Amino acid sequence: MTVAPKREDYDVVVIGAGPAGLAAASTSADAGLSTLLLDENVGPGGQVFRAISSTPVTDRNQLGADYWVGADLVQSLRASNAEVIQRATVWSLDRNLEIAVSIGGASAFVKAKRVILATGALERPFPIPGWTLPGVMTAGAAQTMLKSSALVPDGRTVIAGQGPLLWLLAAQILRLGGRIDRILDTTERGNYFAALPHAFAFLTSPYFTKGLSMMREVKAKVQVVSGVTELAASGDGQLASVSYVAGGKRETIPADLLLLHQGVVPNVNLAMAAGVEHRWDDLQLCWSPVLDASGMSSVTGIAIAGDGAGIGGANAAVVRGRIAARAAVEALAPAAAAKLAPMAALRTELAKAERGRVFLDTLFRPSPQFRIPSGDTIVCRCEEVTAKDVLESVAIGATGPNQLKAYRRTGMGPCQGRLCGLTVTELMAQARGKTPQEIGYYRLRAPVKPITLAELAAVPKTEDDVKAVVRG
Amino acid sequence: MFRRSEQDKRPQVQIFVDGVAVAARQGDTVSAALLASGVDARRSTAVSGAPRLPYCMMGVCFDCLVTIDGVGNRQGCLVPVAEGMQVEIQKGKREIGK
Amino acid sequence: MSGEYDVAVVGGGLLGSAIAWGLGRLGKKVAVLDEGDITKRASRANFALVWVQSKGLGMPAYTVWTVQASQAWGRLASELKQQTGLDVALQQNGGFHLTLGEDEFGQRAELVKRMHNQVGAADYKMEMLSASEVKRSLPLIGPEVSGGSYCPLDGHVNSLRTFRAFHTGFKAFGIDYFPERPVSAIGKSGGEFRLTTPEGELRAAKIVLAAGNANQTLAPMVGLYAPMGPTRGQVVVTERTVPFLPHPLTTIRQTDEGTVMIGDSKEDELDDRTLKPSISGVMADRAQRMFPHLSRLNVIRSWSGIRVMPQDGFPIYDQSETHPGAFLACCHSGVTLASNHAFEIARMVAQGALEPELVGAFSASRFGGAGAANNSGY
Repeated sequence: MTVAPKREDYDVVVIGAGPAGLAAASTSADAGLSTLLLDENVGPGGQVFRAISSTPVTDRNQLGADYWVGADLVQSLRASNAEVIQRATVWSLDRNLEIAVSIGGASAFVKAKRVILATGALERPFPIPGWTLPGVMTAGAAQTMLKSSALVPDGRTVIAGQGPLLWLLAAQILRLGGRIDRILDTTERGNYFAALPHAFAFLTSPYFTKGLSMMREVKAKVQVVSGVTELAASGDGQLASVSYVAGGKRETIPADLLLLHQGVVPNVNLAMAAGVEHRWDDLQLCWSPVLDASGMSSVTGIAIAGDGAGIGGANAAVVRGRIAARAAVEALAPAAAAKLAPMAALRTELAKAERGRVFLDTLFRPSPQFRIPSGDTIVCRCEEVTAKDVLESVAIGATGPNQLKAYRRTGMGPCQGRLCGLTVTELMAQARGKTPQEIGYYRLRAPVKPITLAELAAVPKTEDDVKAVVRG
Repeated sequence: MFRRSEQDKRPQVQIFVDGVAVAARQGDTVSAALLASGVDARRSTAVSGAPRLPYCMMGVCFDCLVTIDGVGNRQGCLVPVAEGMQVEIQKGKREIGK
Repeated sequence: MSGEYDVAVVGGGLLGSAIAWGLGRLGKKVAVLDEGDITKRASRANFALVWVQSKGLGMPAYTVWTVQASQAWGRLASELKQQTGLDVALQQNGGFHLTLGEDEFGQRAELVKRMHNQVGAADYKMEMLSASEVKRSLPLIGPEVSGGSYCPLDGHVNSLRTFRAFHTGFKAFGIDYFPERPVSAIGKSGGEFRLTTPEGELRAAKIVLAAGNANQTLAPMVGLYAPMGPTRGQVVVTERTVPFLPHPLTTIRQTDEGTVMIGDSKEDELDDRTLKPSISGVMADRAQRMFPHLSRLNVIRSWSGIRVMPQDGFPIYDQSETHPGAFLACCHSGVTLASNHAFEIARMVAQGALEPELVGAFSASRFGGAGAANNSGY
C-alpha cells in the first residue's frame, strides 16, 4: 500500500532511514517537531541495518550484535510521532527546501523548515577489467541479499578488495553456510606503515577487537591472498575466471561470482543537486559536503548526517543524526531542546565513535590502480565509456567532467554518474596533472532518480509555467 | 550463483519470468528472486547489447533493469515480488509504451 | 602560449569551433580561447535541431541565411565524417511543429501565413497539416493533436557529437585549443591584437569574438556592439527507447542514441544550475499529450541552459571599423548555422572582410544603439 504524506509542510523532513535518518527522525519527533521520514527501501535500516524488521536470518549471532542495534533504533522511531513513508524516492530538493518525492508512481510535494539528508553511502567504484560482466557484483550487493533474503554465494566465489565490510561480509557468508573460495586482499603493504601513527586511537576503538576476531574467523576457513596488486575478471558474456597478481606472481582461478569492495563513499547526488557545496577529501578520496559542527550545509536549512556527511560508520552516523536533529530543535522549538541530550555530550559521543577512523582510512586507502583504470576498462557502466575514451577526450581539450559529458556521454545514463563520477574526476586529474578539487564533478540536477514522464507531467503548474513553454 | 539458507521460513510467492513460473519468497526483491532462481536473468544493455546482471543491489547502478508487469526499465532491486508478478528480461533498448 | 596566429577565436563553443574549424580548413593558423568546465555553454544545452521553419519573421535575410545553412549541412557532416570518422547523425527529412487544440492550430496557421507573405523571404515550403495528415507521418500522435506545421527542410543532428567532431578536427588542422583561458582584455598594437588571459598574452593578426552572451562585454573593447537578451531554457530527456519518432519536432526529438529530448522553455531566470520542476512538468505534459506512449518512459536527466540571444533574436555578424581585423559573431541557432559558420563566415574572416550581400543585414548597426523587440520566433 502506498501512502502520500499527510501534510504539505513539516518542521523537519529526513531523507533516508539508515542509522542517521532513524536517529534524526525519532529525536526530532520526540521533541515535538512535525517530522517526516522518507526512505527509498521496502523497510527501514538503510544499508547497514538492511531488512532489520524483516530479515529471515533469525540466528542473531550470524549477522552480529552491531546489526541488531538497528532494531532498537527502529523501535525508537516507531515509538515516536514521526511519519514514515517507505518506498518513497525523493527526486528533487531545492534551495527553498521544497521536496518532490515519488511514492507508488505518483509524486507528492512537501516543504520543510529543515531538511536532514541522511542518504548515506555507496560502494566506491571498482573499475577493473571485466567489472561489468554478469557474475561480478559489489560485496555490499551480496550482503544485501544475505540480510534481506538469506541468500548466500553458492558457486565458486572470490571476494576481492579491502576494508572492514569485506571481512564482515565474509564472516556472515561463512556463518550462513555459504561458499567462499578465495579472498584477494588488495590492501597496499605501504599503508600499514602509513597508518601506524594513528594506530593508538584505533587500538582503543571498539572496531579493533571486533575486527581482529572477525579476520581470524574468516582466515581459519578461507584462503586469503594478501598484497594483491592487479585484478581482472574475464569470461564470455559471464564471469569465468579471476586473475590477479600478488608478490609479482600472476594466477588465474575459475570463478562464478566475484564480489568487489574497496570502501564506501558519500552518496552525493541529492545534496549536490540541491546546491550543497562539496570539497574533495584527500584522505577518504571522495567528495564530502562542507558542514558546520551541527551538520549544516552551505544551503540554509539543509543539514547532512551520516555517511553522506563523510564516511564515519554506523555509530558515528547515529550520533550525527541526533546532532542534526538537536540543531533543528534548537532553531525551531528551543524550549523542547532542554529535554534532549546536550550538544556537548553528543559531540563527545561523536568523537568517541569517530576514534580510529583516520587509521582505517589510511590503512584501507585504495591503491591508485584500482581507482584509476586504463585502456579498455569501462569507466562509465551506463554509457559504456572506457578509460581510453576519457583520455582521448582530455587530449582534445576536455578539462573536467562536464565537458567530458559533452564529448562522450559519461554520467548521462540512468545512474547519473554514481558509478563513474569519482573515477572520472580522478582519471582526469591524473591525466591533466591537477587535483581532483580543480577538476570538479558532474553538475547534477533533478530528477536525481528517474521518474516517469507521466509523473513529471502531473507536477502542479501555474499559468506562468505554461506561458514559459507554449509560445506559438 | 546464490542459494537460500535453510533457516529462511518465509512463505513462497510465485512469479513468472518470461512466462515461466519461478518460486520466490515473500520479501524478496525481484532481483534477489531472479538471482536465487538460477534462471538466466542477464539483460542486454541499451547501448551495446552487452550482457549484465545486477551489480549493487541497492538502487544506484541500474544494472538490474527489468520489465515488471509490462513496465520496462524498473529497478528490480527496489521492487518487492508479488504473487503472479510477470517479469521479463530486457534485451536492448526499452520499447516505447512498455 | 607564445607564437603568432593568423586568427584568434574567442569562444570554443559550437559557434567559435565551427568558425575556427573552417579557418583551419583554409590553412590558417588558428588559436581558440575557451573557458573551463563550468561555464554557461549553450553548446551542451541545446536542442540539436537543424531548423528552418518559423525563423526569420521580421528579417527576410535571416530566412535566406537559414536555408543556405540547412542546405550546406550535408557537406559539413560528410567533411567531419571524413576527417574524424565521427558520424554526427544528420537527418533532414522534414520536421513538424505540433499543435494541441484548435486555438494553437489557428495561431500556428496565422504564423505560417505571415511567414509566407513576407517579402524577400526564402520559400520554406511550410504547410499546415491536419491531424490526420500528420498521423500519416507520425502514427503515434494522440487525440489532442489538432495538426501542425511541416517544413521539408527541417532536420536534426547529434550536436554533442558535432561539437566533439569539431574539436577532434582541430588537431588535424593544426588549430591550438586553449581551454581555461577566459579573455579579460583585448588591445591592438603593432598591427596585431593582444588578448589578455590568466595564462598570459596571445597575439593574432585577426580576432573573432564568438563568446556567446559574453560578447556583450568583449565587443566594446574593439569598437563593436553586441546587445544581448539571454533567456533560460529547460530540457528533459528520457532513457533510451527503440526508435519511434521518424521526424524531429520543435519540442520533441529522438536522438540517434535512442533517448527522447523534450523541450523547452523560455525564462528570464538566468541561473543554469537550477531548474523549475513545474516548467519541466508543462513540457512533459505537452509531450505525452502529443505522444501518449511517452508517458511511461522514465525521465533520467534534465538541464537548463542559457540561450545566446541577440536582443532582437537575429544573428549579429560584424566587423570593427575602429579595429580592422576584429570580427564578431553571435547568434542563437548555433547548431543550424554551424555549416554557414564553418564555410561562409570562416571564408570571409580569412579574406579579411564580411560580404555585405551575404551578411550585411546582420550588422549590429541595425540596433541604432537601442534594443528592438524580439521577433525571432523562440
